[in-house]
Amino acid sequence: MRHGKARFVAGFLALPVALYLFYVVWPFVQAVAYSLTNWGGFSDTQEFVGLANYTKLIQDELVRKAFWHNVFFLVTVPLFTITLALFFAFLLNVGGRGNRAGIRGVFGSSIYKIIFFFPQVLSLVLVAIMWSAIYRGDGQGLLNGLLIKVGIVDPEQPVKFVSDPSPFLGVPTVLWWLLLIAVWGGVGFYMVLLSAAMQSIPRDIYEAALLDGASRVHTFFRVTLPLLRDTVSVAWVYLGFIALDMYALVFVMTPSQGGPDHASEVFASVIQFNAFQRGQFGYACAIAVALAIFTLLLAAVQLRITRRERIEF
Amino acid sequence: MSTVTTPAAGGPATRSTVGPDRVGGPPPKSRRASGSLSDSVFSGFSHLFLLTWSVMVVFPLLWVVLSAFKDDAQIVRSPLSLIPNGLHWDNFSRAWVNGKFSSVFLNTFIIVGGGVFLTMLLGSMAAYVLARYEFPGNRVIYYTFLAGLSLPVYMAAVPLFKGTDNVGQLFPLLGLNSHLMLILVYVAWSLSFTVFFMHSFFKTLPTSVAEAALVDGASHTSLFFRVMLPMARPGLISIGIFNVIGQWNQWYLPVLLMNPPGGQTKNQVLAQGLIELSVNQGYKSDWSGLFAGVTMAMLPVLVVYIVFQRQVQAGLTGSITK
Repeated sequence: MRHGKARFVAGFLALPVALYLFYVVWPFVQAVAYSLTNWGGFSDTQEFVGLANYTKLIQDELVRKAFWHNVFFLVTVPLFTITLALFFAFLLNVGGRGNRAGIRGVFGSSIYKIIFFFPQVLSLVLVAIMWSAIYRGDGQGLLNGLLIKVGIVDPEQPVKFVSDPSPFLGVPTVLWWLLLIAVWGGVGFYMVLLSAAMQSIPRDIYEAALLDGASRVHTFFRVTLPLLRDTVSVAWVYLGFIALDMYALVFVMTPSQGGPDHASEVFASVIQFNAFQRGQFGYACAIAVALAIFTLLLAAVQLRITRRERIEF
Repeated sequence: MSTVTTPAAGGPATRSTVGPDRVGGPPPKSRRASGSLSDSVFSGFSHLFLLTWSVMVVFPLLWVVLSAFKDDAQIVRSPLSLIPNGLHWDNFSRAWVNGKFSSVFLNTFIIVGGGVFLTMLLGSMAAYVLARYEFPGNRVIYYTFLAGLSLPVYMAAVPLFKGTDNVGQLFPLLGLNSHLMLILVYVAWSLSFTVFFMHSFFKTLPTSVAEAALVDGASHTSLFFRVMLPMARPGLISIGIFNVIGQWNQWYLPVLLMNPPGGQTKNQVLAQGLIELSVNQGYKSDWSGLFAGVTMAMLPVLVVYIVFQRQVQAGLTGSITK
């Protein structure tokens, strides 16, 4: 019996663990090792250079840019997505005409949910290509066409969207346009998530608040939001990781995959650029390790900030 | 439909007659009578905002689909119009050929089919053993799987590319541009989340059933496949949907591993067909073809989603809050 159990455990674990070690763990370990060398990627010569790559990356203008762009997305993507998602989830759940208790979901809420969720099932590449057509820099894009028709934009000087490196509020304009896509894509998912969480809050709590004379807006800030804290923090952490995926948009949509003039570089595009365009594998790995450290720190900080005792109901 | 859920069914009078029907409800209060006007206004506002966002979501999609039927002349002349000047099906056949859709669809089906099946099988096997059997090294293996959750795939890109290339020198079947290789890579990268999710699921299954089966002489293996796996079905469905969508939409790993310089392109997946179509569009300015390609990639997914919307929503949102 005991012998059978050991064989069973080993048999079940062998294949998944082997695959995982080979395709996930091993590349990470190698990345750390390569980051200490000057390996170019195409030759067999590699010398140990210690931390030289790391001191180089701290001074690298491109890495610094990418870092701040990542931070920008890290802050703005969750902020806008969750705020809008909360707003819509709130409308969905308490926007209906009140009955006895004054709280009721809005009419047709499941249809809204279906529609809002659409972008979530589409691939990032597809979304990016679609938005390239919407963001076309001449009068024939959807947005430029609309804006010209309404008269906000001069037909001679259409909005350049993702090929506009000039700063807006201190951040390259192209990033704001990419942010819009991320928020457009994410709101539906988080609305469904938060809406489900809102529904699990017992009605009596709302009823009690309303009987005490609280307004809907009041109920939202004093009752709903505090009780949603757990879900919101999970969403926040999750969106933080999603923000790293902005690379898909950068890759498909921006000129020379990080342009114009490196205005939309993110960590991943800098890694790709250094590894495959410049042929500096060792250095690219150092940037990757820096990214991993950054992500882990972030996860730790976010978990720390958002941790609080759970309220059971 | 009961009176309670009928919208706009009269004012406060209707409501106060409905109130007492509900067992255990508080007695009607006069405050609600005055609240009903503001209720209506609030409801109107809700619909206004929700409709605005719905339009923002649907309009671009609709525009793409309808533009796919236009010819290029109309796209240039009146890009905003929603009604095509005829159904130009040739856009679709052109996109089908240029985007190599017959092969990319087939490849994507093979790779996602194999990838999801193996992910589910291996993921639940590992999760089950880690959740329900005590043995030295259990924790270490579990946390190694968990660590993969927070490490970005971009970090592994360079060594993964090199390693696959090297393996391919010895075993071409596992090298760059091979179906089997991409399936295994998908499985490996999906394992972290699948193990994490199914682990918590297997933990909650009752021990008594497992003990009973073992007493009845079932082996550990048949206990897993005959008893535990069927009991974990809701979890399997959630994580299955999650993996199907995730692997179907994967683009970075194929771009990294299925299209190395000078490599063959016959095994590429859907995301790459789309990227190629969009890059070609830049040279030939064939917008109608691009729209047709995007439509062909988009509609099947949307249809499947609408049919299974409840499961998809629950599956995707459920898997991140676990």
